Amino acid sequence: MAAATTGAHSGAHGGPKGVFPPFNRETFGSQLLWFAIAFAALYLLLARVALPRLAAIIEARRARVDEDIEEAGKLKAKSEAAIEAYEKALAEARAKAQVIAAEARRELMGKAEERKKKLEAALAAKLAEAERQIEATKAAAMTHVRAIAAEAAGAIVEELVGKAPGKAAIDRAVDAALH
Amino acid sequence: MADPIHQFEIKKIATLGHVGGVEIAFTNSAAFMFAAVMLIAGGILLATVSRNPVPGRYRSAVEIIYEFVADMVRQGAGEAGMRFFPLVFTLFSFILVLNLFGMIPGFFTVTSHIIIAVALALIVFTTVIGYGFKQHGLHFLKLFVPSGIPIYILPLVVLIEVISFLSRPLSHSVRLFANMLAGHITLKVFAGFIGMLATGLGVFGFVVGLLPLGMTVALTALELLVAVLQAYVFAMLTCIYLNDALHPGH
Repeated sequence: MAAATTGAHSGAHGGPKGVFPPFNRETFGSQLLWFAIAFAALYLLLARVALPRLAAIIEARRARVDEDIEEAGKLKAKSEAAIEAYEKALAEARAKAQVIAAEARRELMGKAEERKKKLEAALAAKLAEAERQIEATKAAAMTHVRAIAAEAAGAIVEELVGKAPGKAAIDRAVDAALH
Repeated sequence: MADPIHQFEIKKIATLGHVGGVEIAFTNSAAFMFAAVMLIAGGILLATVSRNPVPGRYRSAVEIIYEFVADMVRQGAGEAGMRFFPLVFTLFSFILVLNLFGMIPGFFTVTSHIIIAVALALIVFTTVIGYGFKQHGLHFLKLFVPSGIPIYILPLVVLIEVISFLSRPLSHSVRLFANMLAGHITLKVFAGFIGMLATGLGVFGFVVGLLPLGMTVALTALELLVAVLQAYVFAMLTCIYLNDALHPGH
């Protein structure tokens, strides 16, 4: 066993017999020395080099993720504004279309009304004309009827009495019969 | 039976020279400390070779440890405690790697020596006192005077606070050292039983030897847990003590 403590003592079993190694004071100085060197080296390596490098990468990623989230938020706001503008335009267009449709309807209805009135007037004129003609025809027919009736009455009276009655008498009799 | 104490012996690897008649030698303890330094620093530097913001598997693992310690510092000592992050990270990673080295058969457990644990605890203790007085001057002493305590029991409370403060490095170091030491001795004793039974009792010994074998397997798992847990506990307490230096007013 080549075990030996550092320091003056170099027993066969690393320290005086019976001394528990973790409590062997003869090794304390050497352990503290190497511990100080190792710990200081590790602290400096980590604090000056390793940890800042790792932190820089993590920080860069965090910054980039934050940036991306911010960018996404901006884009979302933009798209929402676009949707809003689109809906506004749509509503405007719809309102405009309704106005146009209403106007067209009114115009068409006005025209139709006018045409209807014209037509009605024309029809009424025609009707009046026809009625007047019918009236005239009727009147004409009536005078003919009267002449025929007077003639027939004269002939009948002549056949019955043997002599033709006077024209005035026939007229009176026919008038009385017709009215 | 294998000597359960033998594993803790400091062995000389090479004599470097003599200073004032005192031999300066490179020891197994020193070798493992430097191995830990190289493993930790090299491990992190290797992870940062690629600066790609999207981490690979290996860097993800390193970042998890980084964030774990960072969260621990933030929780224990607040955002202001982040100035001590490198110290806490160094303490945590150093103790963790040295403890885990101890779990490998044939390796030396540096943290099972009380002088190392004491040195680690004193680093924290002196940092707390130094920073506390530098930052707060005599107000740092408010740490020992809790507010809202009736005047007639104040001296007693202050006395208790002072004693508890001064006993911190003791409990801080002994907790680590004792856990590592006791665990390794127990492990070695149970493992020693296996060989003793097998050589002493023949075939019957092989059968009975299964009991300590199972015990050794279970203890190994437990020790692995203890190795990680003690590193965590040491770092966690460091954060809590540093919190006193940062905010002494309770």
